[in-house]
Amino acid sequence: MTVESRRLDGNAAAGRLADVFAFDATVARTRCGGCGTTAPLGAHHVYADAPGMVVRCLVCEAVVLRIVRTPGHTWLDMSGTAALDIPDGDPS
Amino acid sequence: MAGTAVRRRLTWRLATVAAVTAEARTARRLSLRIDGWEGHLPGQHVDVRLTAPDGYQAQRSYSIASAPGSTTVDLVVQRIDDGEVSSYLTEELRAGDELELRGPIGGYFVWHADLDAPLQLVAGGSGVAPFLAMLDHHAATGSGVPVRLLYSARSLDDVLGRERLEQHAGRGVGVTIALTRTQPPGWAGLGGRVTPETLRDHVWPPDAEPRIFVCGPTTFVEAVADGLVAAGHHATAIRIERFG
Repeated sequence: MTVESRRLDGNAAAGRLADVFAFDATVARTRCGGCGTTAPLGAHHVYADAPGMVVRCLVCEAVVLRIVRTPGHTWLDMSGTAALDIPDGDPS
Repeated sequence: MAGTAVRRRLTWRLATVAAVTAEARTARRLSLRIDGWEGHLPGQHVDVRLTAPDGYQAQRSYSIASAPGSTTVDLVVQRIDDGEVSSYLTEELRAGDELELRGPIGGYFVWHADLDAPLQLVAGGSGVAPFLAMLDHHAATGSGVPVRLLYSARSLDDVLGRERLEQHAGRGVGVTIALTRTQPPGWAGLGGRVTPETLRDHVWPPDAEPRIFVCGPTTFVEAVADGLVAAGHHATAIRIERFG
């Protein structure tokens, strides 16, 4: 399979991220630490066939977030996330 | 209430299979009863987890195909060759069995009935599942928002929710089905793959400012999204759900 055909999006990471966050991560506007693009996490690219899940910027493909589960632990690497804007209300 | 449906911490829970029905040649509709289900929004999904006797676990995401007001939470599962989860769900699972899941998940790929914009749905294969929920919700809420569905399937036997889509067409929803591999004699719908011309002819034009949802295999949704942007639609008006 090509890299492109393995690509999912932030919706696919939503369940895993709900283990960690008390808010719905797919609607949180996420600023890429690489290029500064801001978009809902649901619009970002996700690759789920690595040992963990890798969220990449939809514009520059820089790693924005990685989440890995090991027995008894969840590892979250957000070094590529410059900011998260979490809406209070119900988005539309 | 809608807000709490997406802003709650999720836990794994057990659903009971109320019914398994044939939805298409290789697809089954699993109708589930879930104690304490808080309701969902059309477009949301659940994660399903299967655990083998030796402890091995496999997990998949499935869109919810039933409207929020439905008495059961329905998933439509397409059997995939060599699919360890889909084979079990479509061939082994019976009414009365239990299934472990968490949800509803995701507030991004969701249609809110109070949105004024025309609604455009573009589906590839079983990517139509969340749109079955959106269309039923559109009907249930008596929404006046104009809706079009462009649905690409391999053959008529692969079309999910066929009867229900005919009912939606009968109440004014624009339903266009493109059969990519085989078309039955006298087929009045489209044949072949969705092209930029198909999008131009069967999607609300950019000046109608539609809210567009695209769901299906990765290569399909990315080709459609590129075509829509090339046709003048704003990338921010297009919401995508890929299922690989």
